Amino acid sequence: MSTESMALDKPRSPRRPAARRSNFELHSWVFMRISGVLLVILVLGHLFIMNILDGGVHRINFAFVAGRWSSPFWQFWDLSMLWLAQLHGTNGVRTIINDYARKDTTRFWLKIVLYTSMVLIVAVGTFVIFTFDPNIPAD
Amino acid sequence: MSRAVSSEDTRSEAERPGPKPAPVPEGSRPVSVKIQRFNPEFDDEPHWETFEVPALPTDRVLNLLHYVKWYLDGTLAFRRSCAHGVCGSDAVQINGINRLACKVLLKDMLAAGKQTTITVAPIKGLPVQKDLCVDMEPFFEAFKAVKPYLIAYGNEPSRERIQSPADRERFDDTTKCILCAACTTSCPVYWADGSYFGPAAIVNAHRFIFDSRDQGAEERLDILNDVDGVWRCRTTFNCTDACPRGIQVTKAIQEVKRALLFKRV
Repeated sequence: MSTESMALDKPRSPRRPAARRSNFELHSWVFMRISGVLLVILVLGHLFIMNILDGGVHRINFAFVAGRWSSPFWQFWDLSMLWLAQLHGTNGVRTIINDYARKDTTRFWLKIVLYTSMVLIVAVGTFVIFTFDPNIPAD
Repeated sequence: MSRAVSSEDTRSEAERPGPKPAPVPEGSRPVSVKIQRFNPEFDDEPHWETFEVPALPTDRVLNLLHYVKWYLDGTLAFRRSCAHGVCGSDAVQINGINRLACKVLLKDMLAAGKQTTITVAPIKGLPVQKDLCVDMEPFFEAFKAVKPYLIAYGNEPSRERIQSPADRERFDDTTKCILCAACTTSCPVYWADGSYFGPAAIVNAHRFIFDSRDQGAEERLDILNDVDGVWRCRTTFNCTDACPRGIQVTKAIQEVKRALLFKRV
Protein backbone atom coordinates (compact mmCIF):
# COMPACT_ATOMS: atom_id res chain seq x y z
CA MET A 1 0.00 0.00 0.00
CA SER A 2 2.64 2.49 1.04
CA THR A 3 4.85 1.78 -1.98
CA GLU A 4 1.82 2.17 -4.23
CA SER A 5 0.98 5.55 -2.81
CA MET A 6 4.62 6.56 -3.28
CA ALA A 7 4.36 5.62 -6.94
CA LEU A 8 1.17 7.61 -7.33
CA ASP A 9 2.73 10.75 -5.90
CA LYS A 10 3.66 13.21 -8.66
CA PRO A 11 2.77 10.87 -11.54
CA ARG A 12 4.10 13.12 -14.30
CA SER A 13 6.68 15.13 -12.35
CA PRO A 14 4.76 18.41 -12.12
CA ARG A 15 6.40 21.65 -13.14
CA ARG A 16 5.43 23.28 -9.87
CA PRO A 17 8.01 23.92 -7.17
CA ALA A 18 7.33 22.30 -3.80
CA ALA A 19 5.18 24.27 -1.35
CA ARG A 20 7.27 26.72 0.65
CA ARG A 21 5.40 26.16 3.91
CA SER A 22 5.19 29.90 4.42
CA ASN A 23 2.18 31.67 5.91
CA PHE A 24 2.96 34.98 4.20
CA GLU A 25 0.01 34.86 1.80
CA LEU A 26 -2.33 33.92 4.65
CA HIS A 27 -1.11 36.80 6.81
CA SER A 28 -1.34 39.32 3.99
CA TRP A 29 -4.90 38.13 3.28
CA VAL A 30 -5.87 38.60 6.93
CA PHE A 31 -4.10 41.96 7.07
CA MET A 32 -6.11 43.18 4.05
CA ARG A 33 -9.38 42.41 5.84
CA ILE A 34 -8.44 43.95 9.19
CA SER A 35 -6.75 47.04 7.76
CA GLY A 36 -9.70 47.50 5.40
CA VAL A 37 -12.16 47.67 8.29
CA LEU A 38 -9.90 50.02 10.27
CA LEU A 39 -9.39 52.25 7.24
CA VAL A 40 -13.14 52.61 6.73
CA ILE A 41 -13.37 54.12 10.23
CA LEU A 42 -10.16 56.17 10.01
CA VAL A 43 -10.68 57.56 6.50
CA LEU A 44 -14.40 58.30 6.83
CA GLY A 45 -13.72 59.96 10.19
CA HIS A 46 -10.93 61.99 8.65
CA LEU A 47 -13.09 63.06 5.70
CA PHE A 48 -15.93 63.99 8.02
CA ILE A 49 -13.71 66.18 10.24
CA MET A 50 -11.92 67.80 7.33
CA ASN A 51 -14.81 68.40 4.94
CA ILE A 52 -18.08 68.58 6.86
CA LEU A 53 -17.64 69.45 10.53
CA ASP A 54 -17.50 73.16 11.53
CA GLY A 55 -17.44 74.81 8.11
CA GLY A 56 -15.42 72.06 6.42
CA VAL A 57 -12.43 72.79 4.21
CA HIS A 58 -12.73 76.58 4.57
CA ARG A 59 -11.41 76.60 8.12
CA ILE A 60 -8.36 74.44 7.33
CA ASN A 61 -5.14 76.42 7.54
CA PHE A 62 -1.70 76.09 9.11
CA ALA A 63 -3.03 76.87 12.58
CA PHE A 64 -5.76 74.21 12.28
CA VAL A 65 -3.25 71.51 11.33
CA ALA A 66 -0.81 72.68 13.99
CA GLY A 67 -3.56 72.58 16.59
CA ARG A 68 -4.58 69.06 15.67
CA TRP A 69 -1.05 67.69 15.63
CA SER A 70 -0.35 69.09 19.08
CA SER A 71 -2.60 66.31 20.39
CA PRO A 72 -1.09 62.79 20.53
CA PHE A 73 -4.51 61.38 19.68
CA TRP A 74 -4.63 63.01 16.24
CA GLN A 75 -0.95 62.27 15.69
CA PHE A 76 -1.72 58.61 16.30
CA TRP A 77 -4.85 58.77 14.10
CA ASP A 78 -2.94 60.24 11.17
CA LEU A 79 0.04 57.96 11.68
CA SER A 80 -2.05 54.80 11.70
CA MET A 81 -4.02 56.04 8.70
CA LEU A 82 -0.78 56.64 6.81
CA TRP A 83 0.74 53.27 7.65
CA LEU A 84 -2.41 51.21 7.13
CA ALA A 85 -3.31 52.93 3.85
CA GLN A 86 0.22 52.52 2.51
CA LEU A 87 0.55 48.87 3.50
CA HIS A 88 -2.99 48.04 2.39
CA GLY A 89 -2.53 49.78 -0.95
CA THR A 90 0.92 48.31 -1.51
CA ASN A 91 -0.32 44.81 -0.79
CA GLY A 92 -3.21 45.32 -3.20
CA VAL A 93 -0.93 46.52 -5.98
CA ARG A 94 1.48 43.65 -5.20
CA THR A 95 -1.40 41.22 -5.82
CA ILE A 96 -2.24 42.92 -9.10
CA ILE A 97 1.41 42.79 -10.19
CA ASN A 98 1.51 39.07 -9.32
CA ASP A 99 -1.61 38.55 -11.42
CA TYR A 100 -0.76 40.55 -14.50
CA ALA A 101 3.03 40.69 -14.88
CA ARG A 102 3.93 38.06 -17.46
CA LYS A 103 7.70 37.97 -17.09
CA ASP A 104 9.66 37.48 -13.88
CA THR A 105 11.88 40.50 -14.64
CA THR A 106 8.85 42.77 -15.19
CA ARG A 107 7.37 41.50 -11.94
CA PHE A 108 10.63 42.10 -10.08
CA TRP A 109 11.12 45.70 -11.28
CA LEU A 110 7.48 46.70 -10.80
CA LYS A 111 7.72 45.46 -7.22
CA ILE A 112 10.98 47.35 -6.65
CA VAL A 113 9.29 50.58 -7.81
CA LEU A 114 6.26 49.82 -5.63
CA TYR A 115 8.18 49.04 -2.46
CA THR A 116 10.54 52.01 -2.90
CA SER A 117 7.66 54.44 -3.27
CA MET A 118 5.91 52.92 -0.26
CA VAL A 119 8.97 53.17 1.96
CA LEU A 120 9.60 56.77 0.85
CA ILE A 121 6.05 57.94 1.48
CA VAL A 122 5.77 56.18 4.83
CA ALA A 123 9.16 57.53 5.95
CA VAL A 124 8.46 61.13 4.91
CA GLY A 125 4.94 61.04 6.38
CA THR A 126 6.07 59.58 9.69
CA PHE A 127 8.93 62.06 9.87
CA VAL A 128 6.58 65.01 9.36
CA ILE A 129 4.03 63.82 11.91
CA PHE A 130 6.67 63.38 14.63
CA THR A 131 8.88 66.40 13.91
CA PHE A 132 6.18 68.91 12.98
CA ASP A 133 7.13 72.31 14.33
CA PRO A 134 4.16 74.65 14.83
CA ASN A 135 6.48 77.63 15.27
CA ILE A 136 7.86 77.88 11.73
CA PRO A 137 7.98 81.60 11.00
CA ALA A 138 5.54 82.49 8.21
CA ASP A 139 7.29 84.30 5.35
CA MET B 1 -35.19 27.83 -62.21
CA SER B 2 -36.13 24.98 -59.94
CA ARG B 3 -38.90 23.88 -62.33
CA ALA B 4 -36.41 23.49 -65.22
CA VAL B 5 -34.28 21.17 -63.08
CA SER B 6 -37.16 19.10 -61.79
CA SER B 7 -38.74 18.68 -65.25
CA GLU B 8 -35.59 17.05 -66.59
CA ASP B 9 -34.70 15.05 -63.49
CA THR B 10 -37.57 12.76 -62.66
CA ARG B 11 -35.69 10.75 -60.03
CA SER B 12 -36.69 11.20 -56.39
CA GLU B 13 -34.49 13.24 -54.07
CA ALA B 14 -32.77 10.21 -52.54
CA GLU B 15 -31.75 8.81 -55.96
CA ARG B 16 -30.21 12.03 -57.25
CA PRO B 17 -26.38 12.06 -57.30
CA GLY B 18 -24.30 14.49 -55.26
CA PRO B 19 -24.42 15.42 -51.56
CA LYS B 20 -27.73 15.10 -49.82
CA PRO B 21 -29.29 18.38 -48.73
CA ALA B 22 -29.14 19.06 -45.04
CA PRO B 23 -32.36 17.91 -43.37
CA VAL B 24 -34.70 20.50 -41.94
CA PRO B 25 -36.80 18.94 -39.16
CA GLU B 26 -40.48 19.80 -38.91
CA GLY B 27 -41.23 22.62 -36.50
CA SER B 28 -37.66 23.90 -36.51
CA ARG B 29 -36.65 27.51 -36.93
CA PRO B 30 -33.37 28.88 -38.27
CA VAL B 31 -30.78 29.98 -35.72
CA SER B 32 -27.43 31.67 -36.40
CA VAL B 33 -24.63 29.78 -34.73
CA LYS B 34 -21.52 31.95 -34.52
CA ILE B 35 -18.51 29.77 -33.81
CA GLN B 36 -14.95 30.82 -33.08
CA ARG B 37 -12.75 28.92 -35.54
CA PHE B 38 -9.03 28.36 -35.46
CA ASN B 39 -6.98 25.98 -37.56
CA PRO B 40 -3.32 26.03 -36.45
CA GLU B 41 -2.17 24.89 -39.92
CA PHE B 42 -3.58 27.92 -41.74
CA ASP B 43 -4.66 30.60 -39.26
CA ASP B 44 -2.57 33.03 -37.26
CA GLU B 45 -5.53 34.23 -35.24
CA PRO B 46 -8.95 32.81 -34.40
CA HIS B 47 -11.89 34.19 -36.39
CA TRP B 48 -15.68 33.90 -36.26
CA GLU B 49 -17.84 31.91 -38.69
CA THR B 50 -21.62 31.94 -38.73
CA PHE B 51 -23.81 28.98 -39.76
CA GLU B 52 -27.57 28.92 -40.27
CA VAL B 53 -28.88 25.88 -38.45
CA PRO B 54 -32.51 24.69 -38.14
CA ALA B 55 -33.17 24.28 -34.44
CA LEU B 56 -35.94 22.70 -32.41
CA PRO B 57 -36.78 23.98 -28.92
CA THR B 58 -35.90 20.50 -27.62
CA ASP B 59 -32.40 20.66 -29.14
CA ARG B 60 -29.32 21.33 -27.08
CA VAL B 61 -26.44 23.53 -28.25
CA LEU B 62 -24.48 20.31 -28.81
CA ASN B 63 -27.08 19.29 -31.42
CA LEU B 64 -26.38 22.51 -33.31
CA LEU B 65 -22.64 21.78 -33.26
CA HIS B 66 -23.37 18.25 -34.54
CA TYR B 67 -25.54 19.69 -37.29
CA VAL B 68 -22.74 22.02 -38.38
CA LYS B 69 -20.19 19.22 -38.35
CA TRP B 70 -22.36 16.58 -40.03
CA TYR B 71 -24.09 18.67 -42.71
CA LEU B 72 -22.42 22.08 -43.15
CA ASP B 73 -18.69 21.96 -42.37
CA GLY B 74 -17.01 18.69 -41.46
CA THR B 75 -13.80 20.44 -40.46
CA LEU B 76 -15.33 21.82 -37.25
CA ALA B 77 -13.49 20.38 -34.25
CA PHE B 78 -15.04 20.04 -30.79
CA ARG B 79 -14.96 17.49 -27.97
CA ARG B 80 -17.88 15.52 -26.70
CA SER B 81 -18.19 12.05 -25.34
CA CYS B 82 -21.30 11.05 -23.42
CA ALA B 83 -23.37 14.06 -24.54
CA HIS B 84 -25.44 13.84 -21.36
CA GLY B 85 -23.65 16.11 -18.90
CA VAL B 86 -21.64 13.40 -17.16
CA CYS B 87 -18.26 13.13 -18.87
CA GLY B 88 -17.43 16.85 -18.91
CA SER B 89 -15.86 16.90 -22.38
CA ASP B 90 -17.87 19.63 -24.05
CA ALA B 91 -17.37 22.67 -21.82
CA VAL B 92 -17.49 25.71 -24.13
CA GLN B 93 -18.29 29.37 -23.81
CA ILE B 94 -21.90 29.84 -24.96
CA ASN B 95 -22.96 33.49 -25.32
CA GLY B 96 -19.98 34.40 -23.16
CA ILE B 97 -20.79 32.04 -20.30
CA ASN B 98 -19.06 28.71 -19.62
CA ARG B 99 -21.51 25.86 -20.04
CA LEU B 100 -21.62 22.24 -21.15
CA ALA B 101 -22.95 22.32 -24.72
CA CYS B 102 -24.96 19.15 -23.96
CA LYS B 103 -26.83 20.77 -21.06
CA VAL B 104 -28.02 24.04 -22.61
CA LEU B 105 -31.51 23.71 -24.10
CA LEU B 106 -32.47 25.76 -27.15
CA LYS B 107 -35.91 26.58 -25.72
CA ASP B 108 -34.09 28.71 -23.14
CA MET B 109 -32.16 30.58 -25.82
CA LEU B 110 -34.64 31.17 -28.66
CA ALA B 111 -35.64 34.83 -28.77
CA ALA B 112 -39.36 35.21 -29.38
CA GLY B 113 -40.22 36.58 -32.82
CA LYS B 114 -36.72 37.49 -33.97
CA GLN B 115 -33.54 35.89 -35.28
CA THR B 116 -31.52 34.17 -32.55
CA THR B 117 -27.73 34.22 -32.62
CA ILE B 118 -25.82 31.83 -30.40
CA THR B 119 -22.08 32.37 -30.04
CA VAL B 120 -19.88 29.41 -29.21
CA ALA B 121 -16.21 29.91 -28.30
CA PRO B 122 -13.59 27.70 -26.67
CA ILE B 123 -13.15 28.06 -22.89
CA LYS B 124 -10.70 30.84 -22.04
CA GLY B 125 -7.33 30.60 -20.33
CA LEU B 126 -6.17 27.33 -21.91
CA PRO B 127 -4.31 27.24 -25.26
CA VAL B 128 -6.63 26.58 -28.22
CA GLN B 129 -5.57 23.55 -30.30
CA LYS B 130 -8.25 23.73 -32.97
CA ASP B 131 -11.67 25.43 -33.09
CA LEU B 132 -13.33 24.53 -29.77
CA CYS B 133 -10.65 22.11 -28.56
CA VAL B 134 -8.24 23.42 -25.94
CA ASP B 135 -5.12 21.91 -24.39
CA MET B 136 -6.35 20.59 -21.04
CA GLU B 137 -2.88 19.59 -19.80
CA PRO B 138 -2.22 22.74 -17.65
CA PHE B 139 -5.63 22.16 -16.04
CA PHE B 140 -4.86 18.52 -15.21
CA GLU B 141 -1.38 19.48 -14.00
CA ALA B 142 -2.95 21.73 -11.33
CA PHE B 143 -5.40 18.94 -10.50
CA LYS B 144 -2.61 16.39 -9.98
CA ALA B 145 -0.54 18.85 -7.93
CA VAL B 146 -3.11 18.85 -5.08
CA LYS B 147 -2.84 15.03 -4.68
CA PRO B 148 -6.47 14.15 -5.46
CA TYR B 149 -6.38 10.62 -4.07
CA LEU B 150 -6.80 9.00 -0.65
CA ILE B 151 -3.69 9.30 1.50
CA ALA B 152 -3.62 6.99 4.53
CA TYR B 153 -0.65 6.08 6.68
CA GLY B 154 -0.09 3.17 9.02
CA ASN B 155 -1.28 -0.36 8.57
CA GLU B 156 -3.98 -1.14 6.10
CA PRO B 157 -7.25 -1.71 7.98
CA SER B 158 -8.65 -5.23 7.97
CA ARG B 159 -12.20 -3.88 7.63
CA GLU B 160 -13.86 -1.32 5.43
CA ARG B 161 -13.07 2.31 6.34
CA ILE B 162 -16.32 3.33 8.02
CA GLN B 163 -17.62 6.89 7.75
CA SER B 164 -20.69 8.46 9.37
CA PRO B 165 -23.27 10.21 7.18
CA ALA B 166 -22.42 13.49 8.95
CA ASP B 167 -18.71 13.12 8.10
CA ARG B 168 -19.57 12.26 4.52
CA GLU B 169 -21.86 15.28 4.26
CA ARG B 170 -18.92 17.66 4.77
CA PHE B 171 -17.42 16.99 1.35
CA ASP B 172 -20.49 15.65 -0.47
CA ASP B 173 -20.78 18.72 -2.69
CA THR B 174 -17.22 18.51 -4.00
CA THR B 175 -17.49 14.81 -4.96
CA LYS B 176 -19.73 15.90 -7.84
CA CYS B 177 -16.89 17.42 -9.90
CA ILE B 178 -16.52 16.02 -13.44
CA LEU B 179 -13.34 17.97 -14.31
CA CYS B 180 -14.91 19.80 -17.25
CA ALA B 181 -12.80 22.92 -16.50
CA ALA B 182 -15.80 25.26 -16.81
CA CYS B 183 -15.04 26.81 -13.40
CA THR B 184 -11.28 27.19 -13.77
CA THR B 185 -11.61 28.78 -17.20
CA SER B 186 -14.24 31.25 -15.94
CA CYS B 187 -11.88 32.54 -13.23
CA PRO B 188 -10.35 35.97 -13.98
CA VAL B 189 -7.33 35.18 -11.82
CA TYR B 190 -6.70 32.03 -13.86
CA TRP B 191 -7.03 34.00 -17.14
CA ALA B 192 -4.46 36.51 -15.94
CA ASP B 193 -1.99 34.04 -14.49
CA GLY B 194 -2.19 30.33 -15.26
CA SER B 195 0.00 29.39 -12.31
CA TYR B 196 -3.00 29.80 -9.96
CA PHE B 197 -4.30 26.34 -9.06
CA GLY B 198 -7.80 27.34 -10.09
CA PRO B 199 -11.21 26.43 -8.64
CA ALA B 200 -11.36 22.85 -9.94
CA ALA B 201 -8.07 21.82 -8.30
CA ILE B 202 -9.17 23.41 -5.00
CA VAL B 203 -12.55 21.64 -5.21
CA ASN B 204 -10.79 18.30 -5.65
CA ALA B 205 -8.40 19.07 -2.79
CA HIS B 206 -11.44 19.98 -0.66
CA ARG B 207 -12.97 16.60 -1.46
CA PHE B 208 -10.06 14.86 0.33
CA ILE B 209 -9.11 17.49 2.93
CA PHE B 210 -12.52 17.16 4.59
CA ASP B 211 -12.72 13.37 4.20
CA SER B 212 -12.50 11.79 7.67
CA ARG B 213 -10.74 8.69 6.19
CA ASP B 214 -7.96 10.74 4.62
CA GLN B 215 -4.73 11.71 6.41
CA GLY B 216 -3.16 13.97 3.81
CA ALA B 217 -5.07 17.14 4.71
CA GLU B 218 -1.98 18.91 6.01
CA GLU B 219 0.05 18.26 2.84
CA ARG B 220 -2.73 19.58 0.64
CA LEU B 221 -3.34 22.59 2.87
CA ASP B 222 0.38 23.41 2.68
CA ILE B 223 0.21 23.30 -1.11
CA LEU B 224 -2.87 25.54 -1.18
CA ASN B 225 -1.39 27.98 1.36
CA ASP B 226 1.34 29.00 -1.10
CA VAL B 227 1.42 31.94 -3.55
CA ASP B 228 -0.61 30.10 -6.19
CA GLY B 229 -3.13 28.70 -3.72
CA VAL B 230 -6.46 29.75 -2.23
CA TRP B 231 -5.36 33.25 -1.21
CA ARG B 232 -5.44 34.34 -4.86
CA CYS B 233 -9.19 33.75 -4.94
CA ARG B 234 -11.10 37.08 -5.21
CA THR B 235 -14.53 35.54 -4.56
CA THR B 236 -16.01 36.70 -7.87
CA PHE B 237 -18.32 33.66 -7.88
CA ASN B 238 -17.72 33.06 -11.62
CA CYS B 239 -16.82 29.46 -10.79
CA THR B 240 -20.00 28.76 -8.82
CA ASP B 241 -21.98 30.30 -11.66
CA ALA B 242 -20.20 28.20 -14.30
CA CYS B 243 -20.34 24.79 -12.62
CA PRO B 244 -22.67 22.47 -14.59
CA ARG B 245 -23.00 20.21 -11.54
CA GLY B 246 -24.13 23.03 -9.27
CA ILE B 247 -21.16 22.70 -6.92
CA GLN B 248 -20.82 25.66 -4.54
CA VAL B 249 -17.23 26.17 -5.72
CA THR B 250 -16.58 29.52 -4.04
CA LYS B 251 -17.94 28.14 -0.77
CA ALA B 252 -15.56 25.17 -1.01
CA ILE B 253 -12.64 27.57 -1.55
CA GLN B 254 -13.75 29.60 1.47
CA GLU B 255 -13.88 26.43 3.58
CA VAL B 256 -10.29 25.65 2.63
CA LYS B 257 -9.32 29.24 3.57
CA ARG B 258 -11.07 28.84 6.89
CA ALA B 259 -9.28 25.53 7.58
CA LEU B 260 -5.96 27.29 6.95
CA LEU B 261 -6.90 30.34 8.98
CA PHE B 262 -8.00 28.46 12.10
CA LYS B 263 -5.64 25.49 11.57
CA ARG B 264 -8.59 23.18 11.90
CA VAL B 265 -10.11 20.83 9.35
